[in-house]
Amino acid sequence: MTLRIEVVGIDCLMVRLFERIEEANMPWVLAASQRLQAAFGAHLRDLVPSYTTLMVHFDLAPADARCLIRQALEGLQPDTDSSGCRHEIPVWYHASVGPELPVLARQAGLSEAEVVRLHSERDYPVFALGFAPGFAFMGLVDERLATPRLSTPRKQVAAGSVGIAERQTAAYPAVSPGGWNLIGRTPVRLFDRERDGYSLLQPGDRVRFVAVTRQEFLALGGDEEAQA
Amino acid sequence: MKHLRVEASTPLCALQDAGRFGVRHLGVTQGGALDWVAMHWANWLLGNALQAPVVEVALGGFSVVAQHDCVLALAGADLDAHIDDQYLAPWRSFTLTKGQRLTLRQPRRGVRAYLAAPGGFDAEPVMGSCATVVREGLGGVDGQGSVLREGQCLSFAGAAKPIGEVPDRARPEYVAKPTLDLVIGAQIGDFAGLSLFDAFNRDWTLDTRADRMGIRLLGPPLVYQGPAMISEGIPLGAVQVPPDGQPIVLLNDRQTIGGYPRLGALTPLALAQLAQCMPGATVRFRPVVQEQAWREQQGYLERWRA
Repeated sequence: MTLRIEVVGIDCLMVRLFERIEEANMPWVLAASQRLQAAFGAHLRDLVPSYTTLMVHFDLAPADARCLIRQALEGLQPDTDSSGCRHEIPVWYHASVGPELPVLARQAGLSEAEVVRLHSERDYPVFALGFAPGFAFMGLVDERLATPRLSTPRKQVAAGSVGIAERQTAAYPAVSPGGWNLIGRTPVRLFDRERDGYSLLQPGDRVRFVAVTRQEFLALGGDEEAQA
Repeated sequence: MKHLRVEASTPLCALQDAGRFGVRHLGVTQGGALDWVAMHWANWLLGNALQAPVVEVALGGFSVVAQHDCVLALAGADLDAHIDDQYLAPWRSFTLTKGQRLTLRQPRRGVRAYLAAPGGFDAEPVMGSCATVVREGLGGVDGQGSVLREGQCLSFAGAAKPIGEVPDRARPEYVAKPTLDLVIGAQIGDFAGLSLFDAFNRDWTLDTRADRMGIRLLGPPLVYQGPAMISEGIPLGAVQVPPDGQPIVLLNDRQTIGGYPRLGALTPLALAQLAQCMPGATVRFRPVVQEQAWREQQGYLERWRA
């Protein structure tokens, strides 16, 4: 880990911890996030963690904010004990709700069942939330599943759709346009304004996708009719 | 509670305030009034909290009829406002009696006008804000991110203040070719030397591709020579440069993270000026350093503390 503090706006500083995307970054990013929240208190307007960085938006003089960041992150250690929650997210993997499932299988020379197994056999850290409320960028998927985004994004992707882009995976919290390769759908509500914390997934959490049958998907409240 | 009935509206007319904070890490955008200076003045005229919910009207096409006698305030662009058939200049509070119609017709100067009501327009805050973000389905009168529509009611409950005006010298001037302060930073060191010269010495033309997420600018292509970036948080006003070299100023409804290189970010005052520029207008950028820009901003805010 290296620590660089960069100016990005009148009241924002970027804390840069790493140069590459690694799963091992997240316990550091999470630890830094907790320390910065404690150090800034009510002077923190927003704190945006991402793969290798944290953007700090504050209402202090920039020089004071810079000092506070340096002090807060001195002797930083990764947060390995409490590194976020672990979630199991049920997914109905099927071509009718994940049209690229057969495409990925064909490209990788695998059966659809093997694609499902590879996607659901590891824990993925949540690197960042963005694109839309509650949209969690996770990874990294097995190299055999890595697939570029669709050359023409869909105008409408159904809520709950689970997709892959390069070596990342994510689930769409709400209906939206989208260019990820869809392989299944979850019945889980990912973003809920009535929920404490709003988003089921938070940066630094860990996620395991669990394959379920169509019957289980429907019993959990899944909607197979919504257009993919 | 008093009411205004919306008689005409467009997709560019919506309830706004200062926006949402403390939720950016969840992918929730900021939202809020694009010209915060005009929003402050509209609220100031009525003795409101400066960030109380207001109606943002871009370009006109908006009309309300008073259901009660009320005092309202208008600041920002001159959108050829009329009370019935009588022209109403902005930067003042005014009386709208029961049955009278306020219409914001079309731009005479500037782009965005802000209509305030005593105590602020009433709406249930969503995640701490009434700011309307259509894409996210958050905020607005219905809490679901809807823009204002014909037939809706705007409500407010504050007590009327005597009518007044914003002092002449305090009113922002909407000049033809504004110079916008840009806090240098981010990846600015990784642009070609000529591109840095061009960025701060050439005219930039506002493209028609503009919305509340961002405004594209047209000019000499800027060349980024640094490594590919990993997505990171994006501040308000960030000037990002996608591979075509044509910068985009990211506004209140921007996505929360992104991976295009940036020259830095416009100051809040520059953003307020930009919000009043039409497509086709030209602007210039002036480089400023963070600490100086921050001090100037604090100084500017003093005018509302008196």
